[in-house]
Amino acid sequence: MSDGSRVASAVQLLSPEGERVPHGRYEITLRDSELRELYRDMVLVRRLDTEATALQRQGELGLWASSLGQEAAQVGSARCLRPTDFAFPTYRDHGVTWSRGVQPLEILAMFRGVTNGGWDPIERGCAIYTIVIGNQALHAAGYAMGVHLDGSDDAVIAYFGDGATDEGDVNEAFVFGSVFNAPVVFFCQNNQWAISQPRERRNPGLIHERAAGFGFPGVLVDGNDILAVMAVTREALERARSGGGPTLVEAYTYRMAAHTTSDDPTRYRHAEELEIWRLRDPIERLKVFLARQGIADRHYFDQIDHEANELAVFVRDGVRAMVEPSAGSMFDHVYAESHPLLDEQRRRLRDYEASFVEELSP
Amino acid sequence: MTTMTMAKALNSGLRKAMERDSKVVMLGEDIGRLGGVFRITDGLQKDFGEHRVMDSPLAESGIVGAAVGLAMRGYRPVVEIQFDGFVYPAFDQIVSQVAKMHRRTEGTVRMPIVIRIPFGGGIGAVEHHSESPEAYFAHTAGLRVLCPSDPQAAYATIQQAIACDDPVVYFEPKRRYWDKGEVDEGFDALDTGGSADPWRARVLQVGTDVTVACYGPMVRTCIDAARASTEASVEVIDLQSLSPLDIDTVAASVERTGRLVVVHEAAANVGLGAEIAARVTERCFYELEAPVLRVTGYDTPYPASRLEEHFLPDLDRVLDAVDRAMAY
Ligand SMILES: Cc1ncc(C[n+]2csc(CCOP(=O)(O)OP(=O)(O)O)c2C)c(N)n1
Ligand SMILES: [Mg+2]
Repeated sequence: MSDGSRVASAVQLLSPEGERVPHGRYEITLRDSELRELYRDMVLVRRLDTEATALQRQGELGLWASSLGQEAAQVGSARCLRPTDFAFPTYRDHGVTWSRGVQPLEILAMFRGVTNGGWDPIERGCAIYTIVIGNQALHAAGYAMGVHLDGSDDAVIAYFGDGATDEGDVNEAFVFGSVFNAPVVFFCQNNQWAISQPRERRNPGLIHERAAGFGFPGVLVDGNDILAVMAVTREALERARSGGGPTLVEAYTYRMAAHTTSDDPTRYRHAEELEIWRLRDPIERLKVFLARQGIADRHYFDQIDHEANELAVFVRDGVRAMVEPSAGSMFDHVYAESHPLLDEQRRRLRDYEASFVEELSP
Repeated sequence: MTTMTMAKALNSGLRKAMERDSKVVMLGEDIGRLGGVFRITDGLQKDFGEHRVMDSPLAESGIVGAAVGLAMRGYRPVVEIQFDGFVYPAFDQIVSQVAKMHRRTEGTVRMPIVIRIPFGGGIGAVEHHSESPEAYFAHTAGLRVLCPSDPQAAYATIQQAIACDDPVVYFEPKRRYWDKGEVDEGFDALDTGGSADPWRARVLQVGTDVTVACYGPMVRTCIDAARASTEASVEVIDLQSLSPLDIDTVAASVERTGRLVVVHEAAANVGLGAEIAARVTERCFYELEAPVLRVTGYDTPYPASRLEEHFLPDLDRVLDAVDRAMAY
């Protein structure tokens, strides 16, 4: 069972009970307003996620990959980025895209099946979701090589899961990042599961320890502790900006939901595991901390809940109102320059569909 | 005879192959405890053990590369690629090693590997879960390519593929997994005197005016079209083996009908339809009453799911091609 006992050796600044704990190496000081913002982000991302799951159940989305339980890892790390930095997320990283300013309906469009993308990566400083496991890690390494060539102090962050560390692409990205001393942070969310495969039973090696073999530092952080995630990610981004090359961050967290809405986790994991991890909930622990420190009060929390409900209504209505793509749009942007054979196919489809309209009209 | 889904028929065929030969081993992502995301290997790990039905790391090049080594050690690996769009990390191992090892070793080493790939669209999936990459593999010398279209064919051909001493890329039409059909589980697929030759095309519907050649997910669509056709009498051929292609069966039909329409979900450009058209034209030039026509997916990436009904050939598009062939 993945009871998360290994989290004991991870960097932690906020205990599951919401107590600030000292750490010899990592610290972080945030303004009260920043702390409240982090709480707000996590609550809204969770509400977006819950609403998307409901919309999938109602047939409004084809699929949904839930970020439930991983809000601190995603929001905490992505909130450390500057606007000119660049993030490469997976299909599950809604807290990352949210933090990059990707709009909620842009996030949901791909899952509804109206597009394969959803937003302009350059405008948002955030690539579209990559579904093929591990591919984006190499894109991040290459983007960072470009940043390096430009002599810029921007930084790049690559997101991937624990399962993805099996893939050649992720390991090749480590090699490229290292060889070219690229300003990239490899941010692995070890959520304990790759569909039905439990991380620790299958592969007892610790992911962040691999970094040493590739020639850069690796850090294990409590991925449900947003303060620790930020402290560790900030330092890694700083190292990247200042010419220190890559860092591998292993954020130790848990996939609280099914792999996707198509999955049935009762076939492979125990409910007790969920109970253990529920006590480590990332939002609850920040909330307790904020309340105890008098940084936020009941009134503030109510206000955020209210905002979350408004977000849910906005998302629900927005998804239902999404414009259906036209058949002809299939042919758009396959090539950047005109392609005569494809243009002809597009014309033929148009004529073919028009022939039905003629048949139907009296 | 038992009525079962194609998913169950494949499961049953795999089970039979494992019972018959202890050298048959399986490797794939989530195939053990979960039984695969489509449950095709459901129960096999429980019954044959973790040493024979192995949950692999999440690494497709690793899966196929390891299968090469297992084959060299005398095993008959059956590997599962979770979805069509995830076979590409393994493309190098398949094309450079699996396909060529027998020849590179001057015939001393065989590669009795089966690479199972659920393929094709029509299930409303997100990107990379609906592709039809069969032409890449049919194009590669050294690989055989099979594609069943109904439960009985699936039950028989999966066993035949495993028994074959050449590597077989085995495409399972995922949107037909839940279609039911009659399966004769007493049928001995490996009885060489038997009637079921996996490398032969099958005439599933006899007709006199137009031959429609198809495979996998399109077979049901084409049979429905043939039944719906009022103007023309349509003969439907299920190719089943995409490499080698059974051109004899197709040509014999076209010699009678004089017209051929090839249907597949994959894009037209440099696809199987083009190969079949070229070969049939060479063989039947004087019998042809019309050019060979193709009904295919478009030469675009597989679109987002809300557009897939426009992309996928359907009954109307098949009938439209039949009409056009008749009109020549
Ligand atoms: C190359 C490739 N192979 C297989 C899959 C199917 N698949 C989707 S998610 C997944 C597990 C990923 O696990 P992990 O990297 O831990 O990320 P998580 O889903 O847990 O966030 C698999 C096998 C895929 N998307 N891409
Ligand atoms: Mg995981």
